[in-house]
Formats: sequence, C-alpha cells, structure tokens
Amino acid sequence: MGITVEGASKRFGDFQALNDVSIEVPNGSLTALLGPSGSGKSTLLRAIAGLETLDGGRVLIDDEDVSTKPVQKREVGFVFQHYAAFKHMTVFENVGFGLKIRKWDKTKVADRVHELLQLVQLGGLADRYPSQLSGGQRQRMALARALAVQPQVLLLDEPFGALDAKVRKDLRTWLRQLHEEMHVTTIFVTHDQEEAMDVAEQLVVMNEGRVEQSGSADDLYENPANEFVMSFVGEVNRIGDAYVRPHDMEVVLDADERTQEGMVQRIVALGFEIRVEFVLADGTEIWAQLTRPELQRLELREGQIAYLRPVQAKSFNGSSPSSDHGASTPPVAPDEGDAEKPAAV
Amino acid sequence: MRSASSTRSRWGLRALGLGYLTLLLLAPLVAIFYKTFEHGLAPPLDAITSPDGLHALKLSLLMVAIAVPLNTIFGVGCALLLVRHKWKGNAVIDAVINLPFAISPVVIGLSLFLLYGTKGWLGPTLAENGIEILFSVPGMVLASIFVSVPFVVRETVPVLQEIGTEQEQAASTLGANAWQTFRRITLPSIRWGVAYGVVLSTARVLGEFGAVSIVSGSRSGETETLPLFVKKAFDNFEFPAAYGASVLLAVLALSTLLAMNVLKRKEDA
Repeated sequence: MGITVEGASKRFGDFQALNDVSIEVPNGSLTALLGPSGSGKSTLLRAIAGLETLDGGRVLIDDEDVSTKPVQKREVGFVFQHYAAFKHMTVFENVGFGLKIRKWDKTKVADRVHELLQLVQLGGLADRYPSQLSGGQRQRMALARALAVQPQVLLLDEPFGALDAKVRKDLRTWLRQLHEEMHVTTIFVTHDQEEAMDVAEQLVVMNEGRVEQSGSADDLYENPANEFVMSFVGEVNRIGDAYVRPHDMEVVLDADERTQEGMVQRIVALGFEIRVEFVLADGTEIWAQLTRPELQRLELREGQIAYLRPVQAKSFNGSSPSSDHGASTPPVAPDEGDAEKPAAV
Repeated sequence: MRSASSTRSRWGLRALGLGYLTLLLLAPLVAIFYKTFEHGLAPPLDAITSPDGLHALKLSLLMVAIAVPLNTIFGVGCALLLVRHKWKGNAVIDAVINLPFAISPVVIGLSLFLLYGTKGWLGPTLAENGIEILFSVPGMVLASIFVSVPFVVRETVPVLQEIGTEQEQAASTLGANAWQTFRRITLPSIRWGVAYGVVLSTARVLGEFGAVSIVSGSRSGETETLPLFVKKAFDNFEFPAAYGASVLLAVLALSTLLAMNVLKRKEDA
C-alpha cells in the first residue's frame, strides 16, 4: 500500500507546522522522515494516520483519498515515542485490543496474540502489566499491538527516542529484519540521521515544515540539494561559503596555494577514526577525520601548525543563510555547485 | 544530640497533629457514639425504626440514588470538556462549577425558593402544568444536586490531565470509536478519581441540611431527610432519636468511604 501526500499544510496558531508538503512512499518500502524538532515530521506522520487533520492538501493510501476518513477507519498501525501502553491492561490485553474491538473470536485472538508475542520476543510475558516491563519491552509490545490488526501501513513516531543507546541499536536492527519479513509499508520519524540511514531505504529530510530533499541515504549524502541537507545528513565543516565533509579535509605539513593554515586544538581518538580539531587564522573551527595510520604518519600534536586542503567542497549559491564565521573567503575551489535540486524520490 | 532533638521535635509535631484532630474531630464523634448507646441499643434503634425515622432514612437514600448518579455522569462529562476540549468558555464553566463551594447552602436554598416558589420566576408556570418543585421531592433533589455538583468534576480533572491523550489516540488507531475508547481506556484510567468524587458527593448529599431544609418544608414522614429528622428530634428534646439518626448518618457516609478503599485494595493486590 503506497502512501502519497499532496500539498499538505497545517498550522497551529502562529506556527506553520507543515507548508505545502508532498511525499511519495512506495508500497512495501521503509521510509524515514528525518529532521530537527519542529520540522513538521511528526505532524506529517500524524496527519497520515488521521490523528491530525490537515488545513490543506490530501493523503492517499493505496491511491484512495483518506483525508476525511477518521483515524479508526484508516487501518494504520501507529507506534508512539512513549509507547502509549494501556496501563490497566496486561501485555496480552494490550496486544489483543484491536482484535477485541474487531470482535474476533476469543480463541483466534489468543492464537494471534501469542504468535505476535513470539515475533516480538515477549513470549513469556503475556500476563505482565506494562509497568513491569523495560522500555525496550514496552516498545516491542506497542509494535505487536500495532501489527496485530494487520494494518495497511505502519507508522512509528520516534519509536526509539526514549530508549538508551544499546537498546536503540538492537531494536533498529530488529525493526529492519522485521520489515524484511513482513513488507508492510513503513514510515518512521526520527531526528537521528544515523538511525535513519541505518534503518530506512528512503529518507525524507524535513525542515521548518517543508521537505528539503528525499532519496536514498547515499543520494542525500553525495548530492545534497542544499546546505541544510548537507549539514543534517552527515558531518560538515563550513569555510566561508563552502561546505566540506571532514573526511574530505586533507591534512598536510607543507603549505601550497590551495591550503590553509590551522592550529591543532584537540585530537580525539575514537578507535580507528581520529577526529582532529583545528582553529583557522580567522577563528573558524573545523575538524578533519583521519585514520589512525594517517595520524601516525603526520605525527600531529596539539598546538601544532598544519595545513588543510579540502579535497572536495560544495557551495550552494542563492539561498545561503547568514554566515557567523566571518566573511573571509579561503582559497577553496568549489568543484560542485548543483544547488536547488527538486525534492524527488 | 542533634538526632535526639530532631526525634523530640518529630514526636512533638505528631502529638500536636493528633491532639488537634482528636479535640476537633474525634472527640465530638466519640461523644455522640457514647451518648447514643449509653442506655444500650434499644432506645436509638426504636427511634430510627419509627415510621418517621424510616421514612427519613429512605428519603435520604433516595436523594443519594438520584443526585449522585446524575452528578457522576455530569461530572465526568464536564471534566472531559474542561480537559480534552479546550475553548474559551471553559474558564466560565470552571468558575461556575465552584459556586456551590463558595455559596452557603442556606443561600442556595433561598435562591431555589425564589426561582420555584409560588411567586418565583418559574414556579407559577410549573404549577399551572401540575409540577410541584418546592416542598416536595423534586426541589430537594435539585438542592442536593446543587450542593454536590463540584466533587466528581474536581476529583476527575487532575486525573484526566495526568493520563494524557496518547493512550486514547493509540486506541483510536487500533480501530476503537469514541465510545469504545472512553469505556475501555479513559474510564478505567480515571476510575479512582471518579470513585473518590462519588464518595465525597454521597457524603455531601447525605449530610446536606441548609439548602434542603429551606426547599423541603421539613414535613415529618413526607419531606424530611435524616439531617432534618435529627434537627427536629433535637429541638423536641427526643435525644435518643437525634443521636441514633446522627450515628446512622455517620455510619452511612463512612461505609461508602470504606467500600471504596476495600475495592481499591482488592484491585491493587
């Protein structure tokens, strides 16, 4: 069941949560809505579910316009950041809730619930109450509850946002595997670009109520449409009008006409990857991503002067936000300048 | 040294609190229980099983049976309106609901009298249609409802605020309609707030004297509730009846509180 949103707008008082948003989610895909808080990603997801009514635009599920369909008729599975567990019900009753509403036969409900509890690895916990579960278990219960009614689409609103790092990582791997088995069209909202790239096949980057760009993780990383996407998807340094990825920042010990002088401020060893932080003559702080052998070859120390050469830089002309790094233009040759690419899938 | 003095001050505080409660709340209750059963069970029992006494008991229970369910339904609905559907009129509703707390019951009785009396705004019209409000059961029910309206609302609003809307939204995504969501999710989540409001309402309706005394006319065996019965017996120096009915009132109110606690404990276990 593919999902299409056309020209969606939503305003809360003075705040424009969605501003003419259109997205296309192919049937069976796993798509991430990625953006900072306040970018409208959750509002968009809630509008698809029917938990929010749009001021303008429409939502199509499987080519059917569901804009005026109430939430309980849309057959979407929705998973909330804070689980929304029914506190007065056991795990079994939680998962079986949608089936009971649909007046399923008792034995069929029991079979289906146990099947789902196996799937989410909560087999032995059917009689527990949500307060007796860990955060990760509660979220898996919520997922089983959403899947129990065999929804056309599965919508997850920052599903791992309230969990600690280790559990998050496990759950997102598990979600990806689950999606491969079930193939239900899934959209999930996250502000974590690593999470989005890890789990999703397609990313929709949102900012200030608009879609900035959508595409595969590779596509967004290699060909960002604008500086927002470039800096939100992956790490970036800004030197004047140019944007350089830290791994595209070459560090050398001898100056030439394309290098800039910088002082090593800090060297952070993150295992194989080394993060070297520099301050340039005009005060701009940038960092370069080196490997351990590279660092050993250069023999960099904190306080030392070295030279930086951007191997690849991008600049986006026109819609550039005001710079707070001063106006010095370093000798950087922007070799790609493909700005304003339309947001297409 | 320090811990000894803090122990002393803690015990001092406890003694003060208990002493205050004993003197102001417990001592009068003990006195009335003592007085009631001073000469055994028979005198108070005879007094309240008299026709007038039994009628007063029945009438008091009838007030509870009508006013409390109505207050509960209205109270839960009103709390939902206040918490879940924000609009400008809520401030007005919120203020109006507190009126019964702010106004003396006697004044409430008088205002009902002015509205439904033979020379009142609505009284003549209703009388033409054969509807009698004052000095009969309908007027007493109105007074009972008036004085006890705020309890369920006040106890339910904070619980509703605390549970939030996510569980209800989750239920709706699972296919539950508004009524199913209310019955299966909202109501079970707020039930102890509602129950506490019901207990307070019940106690208030049972004990109501001022407003009911004005609108009822207090006719023995007809429009006399237990508190009115107590007052009349006391005025006529029929002390066993006055004490017996008083104890009965106290026992009725306490048993609703007890019933709620027992139910709650059973569920928590």
